[in-house]
Amino acid sequence: MKSSVIVFPGSNCDRDVAVALEKFKIKNEMVWHDEVALPKCDLVVLPGGFSYGDYLRTGCIASKSRIINSIVEHAKKGGLILGICNGFQILIETGLLPGTLLRNKKLKFISKNIFLKVINTDNNFCTNYKNKNIIELPIAHNEGNFFGNNNLINKLEDNNLIAFKYCDNKGKIEKESNPNGSSNNIAGILNNNKNILGMMPHPERLIDPLLSGEDGSLLFTSLLKS
Amino acid sequence: MKISVTVTLKKDVLDPQGKVVKQTLKNMGHQNIEDIRQGKYFEIEINEKDKEKAKKIIEEISVKLLSNTIIEDYTINYK
Repeated sequence: MKSSVIVFPGSNCDRDVAVALEKFKIKNEMVWHDEVALPKCDLVVLPGGFSYGDYLRTGCIASKSRIINSIVEHAKKGGLILGICNGFQILIETGLLPGTLLRNKKLKFISKNIFLKVINTDNNFCTNYKNKNIIELPIAHNEGNFFGNNNLINKLEDNNLIAFKYCDNKGKIEKESNPNGSSNNIAGILNNNKNILGMMPHPERLIDPLLSGEDGSLLFTSLLKS
Repeated sequence: MKISVTVTLKKDVLDPQGKVVKQTLKNMGHQNIEDIRQGKYFEIEINEKDKEKAKKIIEEISVKLLSNTIIEDYTINYK
């Protein structure tokens, strides 16, 4: 399996995610946003960070980068795309995922570990969460409040396109366990074909016991199976 | 030609920044402030003499870049 991590000016989780991919024997290449063509790969990763200083809207300027056209082509061909944090925001601005990400309800940048329930394990990113569907991952964002109109939220629920929801340590999905005000506690969503995943939490930050946990590893090992 | 675009959050979208500004003004003693919605303002100079053509271009960039039409409205002001 081969991956490409796209690097934008202001990306800062690009190397973390590259380390994670390589740890699980995914052959990775870093790709600068100004390139026109993607190298041959199965997976494109849009990393976290603050592309273009979040000017205009988070992910907005990055979504007009030169590399984006070939990422859209990659998506149309069924290629896998993973957007983490700012990467999720970029996928939304590109139109590859629906909805929008507003500022956190309490206006604060939130950086802490939270619990997630894996809602859909029937996709290339989450198969290994079948036996462990309540996990702990870090979040670190200011605009992670997923918002969509009722039609969209119902469509996501009905078609099982929600990958992750914020929950408590027992898996209960309640208002109290919602860190940022997201509609229906949504933390990550899939597109209709389930080849694109956008998520606010950072799986690449928990891939080793030395980093205090390994719940992120299962996402990368799931990718190996696909 | 100079054209400006104002982008504001749609009515039913929560505007936490506007709320904080309003609360702060209340704390400063301005009890009569009823609501504040924060937005963005763009001043655009466009090298196009044909007003209709300019309108079309500004309309396009307002939708494609300056605003996120899911949560924001835009108004174009021609001077």
